[in-house]
Amino acid sequence: MNKVMFFAHLRDVVGEEFLSLEAAGKTVAVLKAELAAKYDLPRMDTVMTAINEEFASNDEVIREGDEVAFIPPVSGG
Amino acid sequence: MKLYEISKEPIDIQAVIDKVIQREAGAITTFIGTVREFTKGKKTLFLIYEAYEAMAVKKLEQIGWEIEERWEGCKVAITHRVGRLDITDVAVVIAVSTPHRADAYEANRYAIERIKEIVPIWKKEHWEDGEEWMGNQLETVAYPSGKPEAGDLDE
Repeated sequence: MNKVMFFAHLRDVVGEEFLSLEAAGKTVAVLKAELAAKYDLPRMDTVMTAINEEFASNDEVIREGDEVAFIPPVSGG
Repeated sequence: MKLYEISKEPIDIQAVIDKVIQREAGAITTFIGTVREFTKGKKTLFLIYEAYEAMAVKKLEQIGWEIEERWEGCKVAITHRVGRLDITDVAVVIAVSTPHRADAYEANRYAIERIKEIVPIWKKEHWEDGEEWMGNQLETVAYPSGKPEAGDLDE
């Protein structure tokens, strides 16, 4: 299983802080596209991804147990 | 002592400064980011800051390492607030100490710019007529590869 976390406007759209789902073997891009279609997520081209708290490329493959987080453009400071 | 923190409570500015005190330092610069009432004429009532806390702390640490590599003898401490903040509240405090003052100013500026690029913290602005999560404010930055590009990472 994989914990997939959402923040900011993505969290509002999905309605959950995280989902538990099977993403092992998928690339970040595939998971992103699946979730974007399922939840009608907006502006996914601006959204970064982290795997286990480190930025990951769209072509990175998710492994069993990885924690995935979708990171909209940040606005701290 | 934790040099990099996400805080749900108001930030003790002096406590952040105290973390970078060192005998080798000739200067300490402190940046205090505060909640502004008007942005381009629009009145903000209050903000909500949210963080991916574990990763945010790691990214603040990374910024600290980057600074220590670039400016010799540097010591850095950063605390960022989360939760509801009202106008004039302190959102972030960055303290940098260095042997000479020019480096302290430069390194501190570098830290806040990097926070705005790579640290997973978001603010939601609440106005009289609505609310919205602020991304990169102009919505001009896309991440075609899904993560910050090397260019984004070098200032």
